[in-house]
Amino acid sequence: MRESEISEAKLREHVRAHRIGEVLLSVEGVSLAFGGVKALSEVSFDVREHEVRAIIGPNGAGKSSMLNVINGVYHAQQGTIKFGTGGAAREFHDMDSHEAAELGVARTFQNIALFKGMTALDNIMTGRNLKMRCSFLEQALWLGRAKREELEHRRAVEEVIDFLEIQHIRKTPVGKLPYGLQKRVELGRALAAEPKLMLLDEPMAGMNMEEKQDMCRFILDVNDHYGTTIVLIEHDMGVVMDISDRVVVLDYGRKIGDGTPAEIRANQAVIDAYLGVAH
Amino acid sequence: MSQDPLGLDTFPKLLLHHIRVRPERPAIREKDLGIWQTWTWHQFADEVRTLACGLAAQGFKRGDHLALIGDNRPRIYAAMCAAQCLGGIPVPMYQDAAAAEMAFPIQNAEITHAVAEDQEQVDKLLEILPQCPTLAHIYFDEPRGMRNYAQSQLMSCDQLAELGRESLRRDAAFLETEIAKGSGADTAAMFFTSGTTGVPKGVVLTHHALIDRAAAAAQMEGLTDRDVVLAYLPPAWIGQNIFSYAQPFVTGYCICCPEAAETVMSDMREIGPTYYFAPPRVLEALLTQVSIRIQDLWWGGRKSYDFFMRVANRVGGEILDGRRVAFKDRLLYMLGEIFLYGPLRNVLGMSRVRVAYTAGEAIGPDLFRFYRSIGINLKQLYGSTETSVFVCVQPNGQVKSDTVGPAVKGVELRFTPERELLIRSPGLFKEYYKNPQATAEAKDAQGWFHTGDAGYVDADGHLKIIDRVKDVGRLADGTLFAPKYIENKLKFFPYIKEAVAFGHQRDKVCAFINYDMEAVGNWAEKRNMPYSGYTDLASREEVGALVRECIEKVNADLAGEPELANSQVHRFLILHKDLDPDDEELTRTRKVRRGFIAEKYRTLVDALYGGRDAVHIEAQVKYEDGRTAMISADLKIRDAKNFAPAAARKAA
Repeated sequence: MRESEISEAKLREHVRAHRIGEVLLSVEGVSLAFGGVKALSEVSFDVREHEVRAIIGPNGAGKSSMLNVINGVYHAQQGTIKFGTGGAAREFHDMDSHEAAELGVARTFQNIALFKGMTALDNIMTGRNLKMRCSFLEQALWLGRAKREELEHRRAVEEVIDFLEIQHIRKTPVGKLPYGLQKRVELGRALAAEPKLMLLDEPMAGMNMEEKQDMCRFILDVNDHYGTTIVLIEHDMGVVMDISDRVVVLDYGRKIGDGTPAEIRANQAVIDAYLGVAH
Repeated sequence: MSQDPLGLDTFPKLLLHHIRVRPERPAIREKDLGIWQTWTWHQFADEVRTLACGLAAQGFKRGDHLALIGDNRPRIYAAMCAAQCLGGIPVPMYQDAAAAEMAFPIQNAEITHAVAEDQEQVDKLLEILPQCPTLAHIYFDEPRGMRNYAQSQLMSCDQLAELGRESLRRDAAFLETEIAKGSGADTAAMFFTSGTTGVPKGVVLTHHALIDRAAAAAQMEGLTDRDVVLAYLPPAWIGQNIFSYAQPFVTGYCICCPEAAETVMSDMREIGPTYYFAPPRVLEALLTQVSIRIQDLWWGGRKSYDFFMRVANRVGGEILDGRRVAFKDRLLYMLGEIFLYGPLRNVLGMSRVRVAYTAGEAIGPDLFRFYRSIGINLKQLYGSTETSVFVCVQPNGQVKSDTVGPAVKGVELRFTPERELLIRSPGLFKEYYKNPQATAEAKDAQGWFHTGDAGYVDADGHLKIIDRVKDVGRLADGTLFAPKYIENKLKFFPYIKEAVAFGHQRDKVCAFINYDMEAVGNWAEKRNMPYSGYTDLASREEVGALVRECIEKVNADLAGEPELANSQVHRFLILHKDLDPDDEELTRTRKVRRGFIAEKYRTLVDALYGGRDAVHIEAQVKYEDGRTAMISADLKIRDAKNFAPAAARKAA
């Protein structure tokens, strides 16, 4: 596996295909509470086009909640989310997950959420769902338009399969696949939606070193090849520091740091949050 | 070979012949984006033409060498032919070779142009660029990941083809003239031998040699343009080159390139090749997979598998050879054909196989019999890079498991007093490139090629190879020691992947074992044995006992052979890691480099013979990208039971 042997640091040395552009997503003063538990309080940060943005923090810091707010799974009580660039930018107080998907936000989940009994191919095909225009009847009767559309989508899916190098498991039910490959299929499904912004919730959790390196390589490849903006949550500091352009640090639902990996490494508040401080 | 009346003495001329005779027949197929894409001879020739003109526009001249690094891809084969059109010499290289290994051939042949499949190969070439100042042009087929490379040497194959189209528009007749200039005596290709010993040597083969041998074998087997081959072994290996380049050019059949290395099995099922080649290790891996799946069957399924395999074992080979068998057995075999052999062949993707070859190393008799007994016409052949492969082939109906068949038409065999095999054939190589000394050592003044293999011709005129002349050793008591023979016997067990036997000038035989991760892993799972990896399983007592059982069976076998009864394995250890070509323990074709291993693991060998029962090892391992790491492990040394020789037992 060639991916596994190239250290991520080396990868980042490459000239970027896509220059980091304007702000694509900005989160302003978002607060979220479950009853008395404050999951997020007044969090603000932005994500620029074509950037790899990491969200880190100790357990229970509100990382997944943050993604869920962006994605429209949770609804923030306060604050706004602005998505899009230039004139196309839209502001939300409350995003609906269907709406988010239509705008070009795709995601993967911390606990793999694939259809276990379906093949990898079919799972990735579901990522194209929003792009299917034919009616149920047309598809059922396999009319000309439906057939053309199906072929088009199949081609897009095959390109994703080729990109992620999973040809050999194309027809395997995902429930039978090892964990690392399931994660890759899930990434494939998100990718098939041709998103502008991809949210990855712990894409490398529970993986061994080799699988992690493979995954890093694929994330960077996606970012490089498709120009997809990526927001990821990750616990492995090495990975975060190597592949992300900027990092947000959350602790107890508050933002305690924001900057390049080097800045974060030197940030005293972050160090305290991770290592603890004497009181 | 008799002179071709049509004057088709080079590969490019054969290509022109095919576009006249069968322009719309498929020449090459490749599975891309999940669909088999076909290139007809016409389309293939167009690709060759544009690449050739592109290369010419880039300054590639008659006599230049073109490095080809990649898997089986239509573009790689088209580039091969393109170079030959211009009178150049393609030099295919192993795509899994480390960068450093690629430097030698490039320096040796002063290669100026190279075609690389993808970013991985380009990276390797760029890495060795400082050592290879001659390399001025690198063309890549797959553009993925290549956007950020700014090196001036780089160009995509698409751009190269575009250059070619432009120059074709200017001068359409240029290429035909170049092709017409070629003759059969020109060098067609150069293959670097994997080099079991010392530096690799570039074997220079002419168009005449390759075409002659390809045609002789095609004629013998009655190959036609309706045949189909799956090209899944490295194109840098002469065998794959013969089956997926020389022979299709001679007969016009179609070759198919699998989608990825992992999909070979399912691609093979989809394609259903009619002509198949597999080295014994591939056949072994397939059988291992089958055995594992059979073991997972329910009780009745397993029993009926065993029953029908016994029937097949008894009469399958005979039926394939067209000999008479008892009526009852024939009936049972027919029943087995419906319920087992046919479906099994189908699962293996071998339903349509008419002719299958195996070569490269000796094949275990049981393994060989397995494939033949289920109705696959598997035959052995003997040959090497230097002989354009075909020296001996088993003819249909005369197949024996321990010989490689009689000489193919045009080949003469002779033996030295030391039993070394000498060959004279129209397919012999011209020379080792820039290595007159090695050429003189291998090929004498009368044109006999010294193979280095020891063997003899049996009563039926079939060649039997025992071992390498230099490997056949003697135990301290003077009896014969043929390490490969023992290793092959061991390797036939599905649990044993590699074995290395030691014993030359020693008082007894000892062995290193690599178990088969897939088979033993499965076996361990069945017993609810948790394990973390290869090294962990290797240290288990249960695995040791499993391996010992296999060795003792081999010992019992050896006891029955009077000459080899003293070669029974006394002690063994399970290595802490798989032997690997990257660590130079195996050749690229996965042959054990016994001398190198004995040297590298001297402490282990000493421990085996020193009577110790455990040994600590710290070893360096090299990853594919050239990085190294240290691993350490404690290895147990175990004894295996020996048996009294058959003759002695009878006397007792």
